[in-house]
Amino acid sequence: MDFWLKDEQKMLRYNIREFAEQEIAPVAMELDEKEEFSCDLTRKMAKLGLFGIYVPAEFGGAGMDYLSYIIAVEEICRIDGSHGATVAAGNSLGIGPIYYYGSKKQKNEWLPRLCAGEILASFGLTEPNAGSDAGASKTNARLENGQWVVNGSKIFITNSTSKMAGICTVQAITGTKGQKVGPYGSIETKEVSCILVPNGTPGFTTKKMTKKMMWRSSDTGELYFDDCRVPEENLLGKRGEGFHQMLQTLDNGRLAIAAMGLGGAQGAYELAMKYAKARKQFGKPISTFQINAFKLADMATEIEAARNLLYKACYLKDQGKPFGKEAAMAKLYCSEVMGRVTNEALQIHGGYGLMKEYNIERFYRDYKLLTIGEGTSEVQRIVISRRIGCFETD
Amino acid sequence: MNIIACVKQVPDTEAQIKVKADGSGIEEGQIKWVMNPYDEFGVEEALKLKEKNGGDVTIVCVGPARAMETIRTALAMGADKGVHICDPAFDNADAFVVANALAAAIKALPHDIIFCGQRAIDDDSGQVGAMLAEALNLPQLTLVTKLEFAGSSVKVIRPIEGAQLSIETALPAVVTCQKGLNEPRYASLPGIMKAKKKPVDVKNAAAIGVATDAKARVAKTVPPPARPPGKIICGDEPAQKAAELGKLLREEAKAI
Ligand SMILES: Cc1cc2nc3c(=O)[nH]c(=O)nc-3n(C[C@H](O)[C@H](O)[C@H](O)COP(=O)(O)OP(=O)(O)OC[C@H]3O[C@@H](n4cnc5c(N)ncnc54)[C@H](O)[C@@H]3O)c2cc1C
Ligand SMILES: Cc1cc2nc3c(=O)[nH]c(=O)nc-3n(C[C@H](O)[C@H](O)[C@H](O)COP(=O)(O)OP(=O)(O)OC[C@H]3O[C@@H](n4cnc5c(N)ncnc54)[C@H](O)[C@@H]3O)c2cc1C
Repeated sequence: MDFWLKDEQKMLRYNIREFAEQEIAPVAMELDEKEEFSCDLTRKMAKLGLFGIYVPAEFGGAGMDYLSYIIAVEEICRIDGSHGATVAAGNSLGIGPIYYYGSKKQKNEWLPRLCAGEILASFGLTEPNAGSDAGASKTNARLENGQWVVNGSKIFITNSTSKMAGICTVQAITGTKGQKVGPYGSIETKEVSCILVPNGTPGFTTKKMTKKMMWRSSDTGELYFDDCRVPEENLLGKRGEGFHQMLQTLDNGRLAIAAMGLGGAQGAYELAMKYAKARKQFGKPISTFQINAFKLADMATEIEAARNLLYKACYLKDQGKPFGKEAAMAKLYCSEVMGRVTNEALQIHGGYGLMKEYNIERFYRDYKLLTIGEGTSEVQRIVISRRIGCFETD
Repeated sequence: MNIIACVKQVPDTEAQIKVKADGSGIEEGQIKWVMNPYDEFGVEEALKLKEKNGGDVTIVCVGPARAMETIRTALAMGADKGVHICDPAFDNADAFVVANALAAAIKALPHDIIFCGQRAIDDDSGQVGAMLAEALNLPQLTLVTKLEFAGSSVKVIRPIEGAQLSIETALPAVVTCQKGLNEPRYASLPGIMKAKKKPVDVKNAAAIGVATDAKARVAKTVPPPARPPGKIICGDEPAQKAAELGKLLREEAKAI
């Protein structure tokens, strides 16, 4: 076993930590308060190379391994969840499907611009009536005169509406496959494909979703497709592979959501530790009261366990081994650890923790997305229980 | 254009410095090491010159094995190659030894302009840049906050009390960088990957042919004395409090 990070991973962690502390920390609270997505800061993140971290240099990426990407997300979320979301969704959901399933032509067309941060890509899966049960989606595309005609709508789509939003990978029903019914819906009856739809295509409109509780400076949108036509060649990979592509994209994406939980937990823990050592009550720093010391000890322990689980899952992926079960476990565990850590970290701040002036309340809110997005905690438990064989009875 | 930037690895500004029990130096175990912030200005200015006028940037560093990390950081920012002068004989080097080692390494390289930080934030001696210029017999432009390149010469601004000097000199020259010169860039992720493949020449004292005997010897390192507690002057009358303050400043603190 070797637990040491590579030199480049150490350098990346240090650099991104510096960047997050110098560039993101001073504005995070204000952007959250105003519910504002910052193109300026997103471009700065792009300049640092935060989009396309695992994409090879020939397409404009950094050519690093997946663990490096995960460390980058962790370090940004140590300071701010919203900006971590922009990066995580940009890489896992935006760039990922195009890089993994795109044709040479599609990759050459989109990846350099995405890696340079000229534009952002989004991944349109969730619909108003199809969340956990993604197979129940209704958005469809029919082929007509060499063009896909897309109709339907999507909801909660990250990086889809800002000035920087450039393209969306849309999951759509492109036909029927048969009548088999799966355990959680009628997923296998439909032929599902992914189609690339550039923002600005006639018939494709977006609407920014506001009044979010968390990730307030991340861009979330509703998408509407009304006889939206794109060339037939905008199909991603093969027709009918959309469901499979989506499952794999989510496996990858779970690692990044886990990294958000880990980084957020680390940030909240550090805030709590600093506060507990500085705050005096009954004549002593509150960190020296055993109940608080033990809370901090539990946080440090859970964070260490979460980091080891997540890094192991990344290691498996980087070695080309199956990692789906470990990714689901890491997503479930890291996000729930962040929940426990932010709860106690806020508690340690007492009344001040409830005030916006102390960053901890933002961590407390931002955590909540992590047990819901990219597969709820319940769905992770379904995935894990399937993989460990709970349903294989005779 | 052949540009040289000298870098030193120093403890992070936020590091908690602990002096060794025997006073022979500082405890290095827990320290995070970084590039001297003033050297970052030098690397940035070197990269800007290269981007505008072409050429290449060589990083030269005297330091122990761990200093390689700092050289790689400069390469990740965009420098082209490095020279690492690494020898246990330099462990107790003073500014004189370091300046001579840098000079010996730089003499072997083509050089039009050489950047140093105006001082290093660890020992704060501020001598290496000036000594390096002397050792190379080159003009020195110190504490520079603005630099304009004009073919075979440079024009710089150096702030002095209440005014600023504008100085021009023919190249080659040594420039020491002061805060305000530029905003050093972050090493980008693709830059970090490219840096892995850039060449760094590691040389010991014998290879560059310099003496390692220091002129100055650190006799003992001691932590700064604990600060005595402050004094609060109580009372309701401002005039009375001011008088008391004046008296204390004169008689007790002997400041006026
Ligand atoms: C800020 C934000 C950003 C997002 N970004 C994207 C994006 O970029 N792209 C995208 O496609 N989607 C995105 N989503 C959508 C997200 O993936 C969904 O919200 C998530 O999958 C849950 O779906 P739902 O909200 O419809 O909840 P539902 O599926 O309706 O779930 C409601 C509750 O029922 C539970 N439940 C559902 N089915 C089961 C079951 N079989 N067994 C047990 N319990 C079950 C769930 O666990 C949950 O607790 C985003 C969401 C948010 C809030
Ligand atoms: C919205 C709001 C309304 C309020 N309204 C009023 C009001 O009307 N009138 C009023 O007087 N006050 C009011 N308060 C103040 C409130 O009662 C205090 O915030 C509360 O008593 C906690 O004190 P603190 O915030 O200073 O936290 P601290 O006392 O600093 O506590 C910080 C943390 O340390 C822990 N801790 C402290 N001492 C010990 C110990 N000995 N052993 C173990 N753990 C310890 C605490 O449990 C907590 O987790 C209000 C606060 C808020 C946020």
